[in-house]
Amino acid sequence: MGKILELHDLRKYYATQKAVDDISFSIEAGSIFGLLGPNGAGKTTLLRMITGIFYPDSGRITFDGAPFDPLNDVVKIGYMPEERGLYKKMKIGDQALYLAQLKGLSRAEAMEKIKFWFRRLEMESWWNKKVEDLSKGMSQKLQFVTTVLHEPKLIILDEPFSGLDPLNANLIKDEIFGLAQRGSTVIFSTHRMEQVEEICDHIVLVNLGHKVLDGSVASVKQQFKENKFSIQLQDVPANLQHPAFIIESQKKNSFVMKINEGYKSNDILQHFLQQQVTIESFQEILPSLNEIFIKLVEGSKATTRAFQPVTD
Amino acid sequence: MNKIILVAQREFLTRVQKKTFLLTTIGVPLIIFAFYAAIIYFSIKTTDHFTVAVTDKGNIFNGKIDEKKSSEVIFTFVNDDTAALRTQLESGKFDAYLYVPATFSANSGDSLQFRSKKTVGLMTREKIQNRISKALEEKRLLSMNISKAQLDSIQEEKEYITFASTSGKTENQAKVGVSYAVGMISGFMIYIILFIYGAQVMRGVAEEKVNRIAEVIVSSVKPFQLMLGKITGIGAVGLVQFIIWAVLIFGIQLAVPLLFPGIAEQMQSQPIQPGAMGAANAVKQSGALNGLMAGLSEVNFPLIIGCFIFYFLGGYFTYAALFAAVGSATNEDPQDAQSLMLPIMMPIIFSIVIMMQAVNNPNGSIAVFGSLFPLTSPIVMMARIAHGIPDGVTVFQLILSMVFLVIGFMATTWMAAKIYRTGILMYGKKVSWKEMWKWAFKKG
Repeated sequence: MGKILELHDLRKYYATQKAVDDISFSIEAGSIFGLLGPNGAGKTTLLRMITGIFYPDSGRITFDGAPFDPLNDVVKIGYMPEERGLYKKMKIGDQALYLAQLKGLSRAEAMEKIKFWFRRLEMESWWNKKVEDLSKGMSQKLQFVTTVLHEPKLIILDEPFSGLDPLNANLIKDEIFGLAQRGSTVIFSTHRMEQVEEICDHIVLVNLGHKVLDGSVASVKQQFKENKFSIQLQDVPANLQHPAFIIESQKKNSFVMKINEGYKSNDILQHFLQQQVTIESFQEILPSLNEIFIKLVEGSKATTRAFQPVTD
Repeated sequence: MNKIILVAQREFLTRVQKKTFLLTTIGVPLIIFAFYAAIIYFSIKTTDHFTVAVTDKGNIFNGKIDEKKSSEVIFTFVNDDTAALRTQLESGKFDAYLYVPATFSANSGDSLQFRSKKTVGLMTREKIQNRISKALEEKRLLSMNISKAQLDSIQEEKEYITFASTSGKTENQAKVGVSYAVGMISGFMIYIILFIYGAQVMRGVAEEKVNRIAEVIVSSVKPFQLMLGKITGIGAVGLVQFIIWAVLIFGIQLAVPLLFPGIAEQMQSQPIQPGAMGAANAVKQSGALNGLMAGLSEVNFPLIIGCFIFYFLGGYFTYAALFAAVGSATNEDPQDAQSLMLPIMMPIIFSIVIMMQAVNNPNGSIAVFGSLFPLTSPIVMMARIAHGIPDGVTVFQLILSMVFLVIGFMATTWMAAKIYRTGILMYGKKVSWKEMWKWAFKKG
């Protein structure tokens, strides 16, 4: 599979800040891609450039192998922004129909697809209701349907689970997996790291308008691992001292150990095996994305950035 | 282009399908009609007679005060003294009495005593006063040896001067009046249109922003298309509403004489200007009506209607874009919009001031400027065009004004679109005119 989207040296400066400052990355077609970053990191600006709402000050965007042409390519993109809403007084069916037609579907096509999705997500009875009668979670579901209705090649979801109960969140999550399986690429932007870990194949972390991390979830975790292992032994052995590791914490017969420079995990195992201690479990502790996120963003003054003047 | 139509279609349909649209479009003319019908009905219906006993000791009325048919005030001559009159008044034999002492002279500053049981209504009082003073006036004229006929012939308006322009056409006095009225009405109509529909555009844009749907839409439609679609849709609503109003008003005008056959005569029998000229007026009135008809027939209505539609659309599009820009800059707080709207309202209000000048003096320098400048021309030009070509405006100026308006429309739309594009996605920030100016002229 090729790249669906490539960003080259993208820049967008506002009067008071460099929202996006020289960001490049690419996204594999058919993957689920996580775009992460603290508040005000430039994610929304980046997404708005990818959806053709903003033009970059400099840099190139390649979409599906050709230079990005907002006018024609937007129909291949489905964007669910973080700040999203619907016409309150409009009927739900009409609303979905209108949004689908704006994406270039004919009335008949749109009708057919809406019926399909409404049936699938058990929303058929909503057709003649107005948006103002819906709960937040329900309108979220409707938002999702209108985003993916036209079967876009690229689906961009900004905080798609906010306001959803676990049941509906799972429903949407399954749909996201399904869409990716059927060949759509999903860009997923959120602050909820456990969701990213669960869903995404590849992530990019932006902070202060720069890209600070880029890689698959597994490789990122490898990159930030601290060589820690948890080990559970049947008995507490007499000799816990060994140059290969230091014990970070102990809870009865379970330990968290850090391997010292120059040693491998097998050295620990060997040490205990030699002492005839039964090893009940042995597992590497990989950092969670949450920890990596906090580690990278903390202390970068990300929160105060919005009020810094541009100096260059 | 296709998307602009889609957006416009939605704007149009959601507005037209609202109950309030039906209510205002059909309700307003009906309410106005019902209101007038009620007024006319009650003014015909008054059958309450007000009887006044007159004791004319001074014999100044010659036993007769000009009687009018269907008048509610009836004068009856009696020969009682004040005490007797008073008791009869108390007993309710009549509503009031008028006592003319024997020594009364119309030429001296004497005044007459009028006594009533209850307070006399303003209208009735005026009628009584008019008729008595008219009778007295005649008396005074006769005492000076001037006959009524002589007076009338002096007071008859003669046209000593004929006004004509170099084009050789004689200007009918009535035509100038009609032009004045047509100019004024069409100018005011455009003024109202700009405000009503401009404000609707502004509210629509602000609603889209506050509802947070703007970004969803803008990801499939260019902001410019969204703005233009909205403006077009609301403009179409306005046009439809106006056509319905025009049809309804025309229909009602035809229907009124059928429903109230007596109205026409009733209206004519009522003096418009009471006073010494009353009698003369009645004669003149029919003349004025004819003059009005002649004046109306001389006004070039196809030209005016054509120009009205052009300036209605041109003015609407020019201002609607600006209103949209203001709408895009507002947040949840509707007060923001108030202060931002002021700079847009200024030229509209200013146009009305210039228009007042222009109806009187269509070729004054202020009128010429106002009718060329695109922000004021939709209103001011209507005042000038009502006077016709070339009396009110030359063909050259008209075309120039139209070209300027089209350029003005493109300029405001271009500028507004840039403000709109930035503003519609800017949340939680109070925007000043200075910032909007920056958005409008920044590159890219």
